Amino acid sequence: MTGALIVTLAVLSVIGYYMGRSKSVASVSGEVHQLHSRPGYYGFYVAIWTALPAFLLFVVWQILEPQILRAFVMGNVGPAVSELPPERVDLFYRDVVAIATEGVPSQVTPDHEAAADHYTSLKSLGTWSFVAFVMSLSVFLFAFAYRKVSPTLRARNWVERVIMGLLIVCSVIAILTTVGIILSLLFESLRFFNRIPIQDFLFGLQWSPQTALRAEQVGASGAFGAVPLFAGTFLITIIAMTVALPVGLMSAVYFSEYAGPGVRGFVKPMLEILAGVPTVVYGFFALLTVAPFIRDTADALGVATPAQSALAAGSVMGIMLIPFISSLSDDVINSVPQSLRDGSFAMGATKSETIRKVVLPAALPGIVGAVLLAVSRAIGETMIVVMAAGRSGNLTFNPLDSVTTITVQIVALLTGDQEFDSAKTLSAFALGLTLFFVTLVLNVIALNIVQKYRERYD
Amino acid sequence: MALAEQFDSSNVDIPPGKGVATSTEVKMVAEGVDVYYGDKQAIDNVSMEILDKSVTAFIGPSGCGKSTFLRCLNRMNDTIDIAKVTGRIYLDGEDINSSEVDPVQVRARVGMVFQKPNPFPKSIYENVAYGPRIHGLASTREELDDIVKGSLARAGLLDEVESRMHEPGTGLSGGQQQRLCIARCIACNPEVILMDEPTSALDPIASARIEELIDELRENYCIIIVTHNMQQAARISQKTAFFHLGVLVEYENTVDIFNNPRDERTKDYISGRFG
Repeated sequence: MTGALIVTLAVLSVIGYYMGRSKSVASVSGEVHQLHSRPGYYGFYVAIWTALPAFLLFVVWQILEPQILRAFVMGNVGPAVSELPPERVDLFYRDVVAIATEGVPSQVTPDHEAAADHYTSLKSLGTWSFVAFVMSLSVFLFAFAYRKVSPTLRARNWVERVIMGLLIVCSVIAILTTVGIILSLLFESLRFFNRIPIQDFLFGLQWSPQTALRAEQVGASGAFGAVPLFAGTFLITIIAMTVALPVGLMSAVYFSEYAGPGVRGFVKPMLEILAGVPTVVYGFFALLTVAPFIRDTADALGVATPAQSALAAGSVMGIMLIPFISSLSDDVINSVPQSLRDGSFAMGATKSETIRKVVLPAALPGIVGAVLLAVSRAIGETMIVVMAAGRSGNLTFNPLDSVTTITVQIVALLTGDQEFDSAKTLSAFALGLTLFFVTLVLNVIALNIVQKYRERYD
Repeated sequence: MALAEQFDSSNVDIPPGKGVATSTEVKMVAEGVDVYYGDKQAIDNVSMEILDKSVTAFIGPSGCGKSTFLRCLNRMNDTIDIAKVTGRIYLDGEDINSSEVDPVQVRARVGMVFQKPNPFPKSIYENVAYGPRIHGLASTREELDDIVKGSLARAGLLDEVESRMHEPGTGLSGGQQQRLCIARCIACNPEVILMDEPTSALDPIASARIEELIDELRENYCIIIVTHNMQQAARISQKTAFFHLGVLVEYENTVDIFNNPRDERTKDYISGRFG
């Protein structure tokens, strides 16, 4: 039914477009330059009037219909049902809908069947009256808009205002989604902090999120001190940056200052391929190649190490970040004006003196911005650490130990069968909020620095 | 005299006694210099002698090769991948194009000031100290301070910036930035200073200040200036070279170039018929 409605609306608006267009042309007997707007705008004017209000109404109906239906259906059931506790009422209604839509109800009683019949008849009545209403509205607006088409109508301005409205709606959707995610993180975290005090979470030294399922269970009281996770995240980020920063930065210097166009044209795309490797591939590279190599090497040196280590995950993450740092730094180094290099060369400076003393200091703010962006990626990176860093919350700064990170623990907490409002599950939201907060702050700082840097030369 | 009368009507005036070379000491010599950008020849067989302790102006229409030739004199064309320079250029008798010569060393002796002021994004002090530091001209902090202050003083900038030596050089006005670039150049203790349209990005007052400065600097340096502004060439130079389509058309005392040009093309250019 709704599909047919949309198709009809679409056809109607296409007809509206052509009719509006030809009326506008006819109204000036073909002398198109006498129109206020080009004929196409009159066509869009009629088409938009025909389709847009009807479509908006349709969206609203899709959202409201289930609630209206439920209000009517449940308003009509006997006291035996309506006086049940709320979750039983919900279950009852779900079963009614299941019966009416030929799904699988959990229970069928005469009450259910009566309500289901009521549901079916209401639903078809509602749908039909809605379709009739929308169609007549659409036809009415079509006629209204068509009548208004005249050479003086400012169809172009009107259409552009509608387009602006559309752009606003899209940006509002993006913003609302972000706000929604933040709010849900915030509220779930608050629920968590109601059970576990925030200072225990932020400063506690032990992470062991297994809570007792039954009262008599021993040894699983749950400890939610996130410091080991912060430490693990920090350690892996440091290792990753130790790998990525020098390699990325120096390769950027090579590409932008030394490499000829041939080398640049060949090697830069290679590096960009590195950026396109999915993180899960890096993950099993870390797990299957790098981690065993590190363990074997450490064993050969007489150091007993676990199979998964911070070093393996961190170094592979560093490799992942090389193209990121390199291409961002390459951009900022390239945007240092050639006149500064010329100035330095003209004073008898060599290429490397020029790079070290003029180009890099001039590009420094941009490079710092790039590094901070890379750090925030390293902190938020999940797949590599899940596969290669381990899951035990050791509070250690030994890179050969297995550590765990915030992201790994979120994955561990939310995968598998979980009771939704246990402290264990809720702690994932608190971790998510912390992660969000840290990366947000880093990104804001980084973007600010990059921005300031741009202003200096543009 | 008919010719002289004709140029009396032009707007180029040379004060009496000016525009004549007083020095006889040759600082640089070019012999058969050709420059190619890829396949395109930008400079065709230019030979000239440039006098020490005087200002030599290169004039000519846009794209005539004057800047390109200027950049040969301190091997700045080396920084452009597709540029190829042939011929010999002598600085005090030594061929700077020879493969045994390090272009970096040449540029320390032949400084350059650019069209657009290009101070480094560092403090005023660091801008001037840059050259002495890389060439090791000062062994103590005091010596460096002296070089920096002396260079700023010779560039006529010291009074204006003495109280804010550690503020960024990019915060100065355009004219001050250009004088900072001149100070930076002087600080390397060069023998020759090349200036590529040093006032074309400046307002008339800042330009006049730079022109005065160039006239003062002539006492100690060999200065070569590329300019689009013929009055400027007439005001400050002793020798003028007119370039056209990559060829050195005429090279004489400035007063002769402006008052008594021998070549038709020079005549047409300075009387404003093209360019």
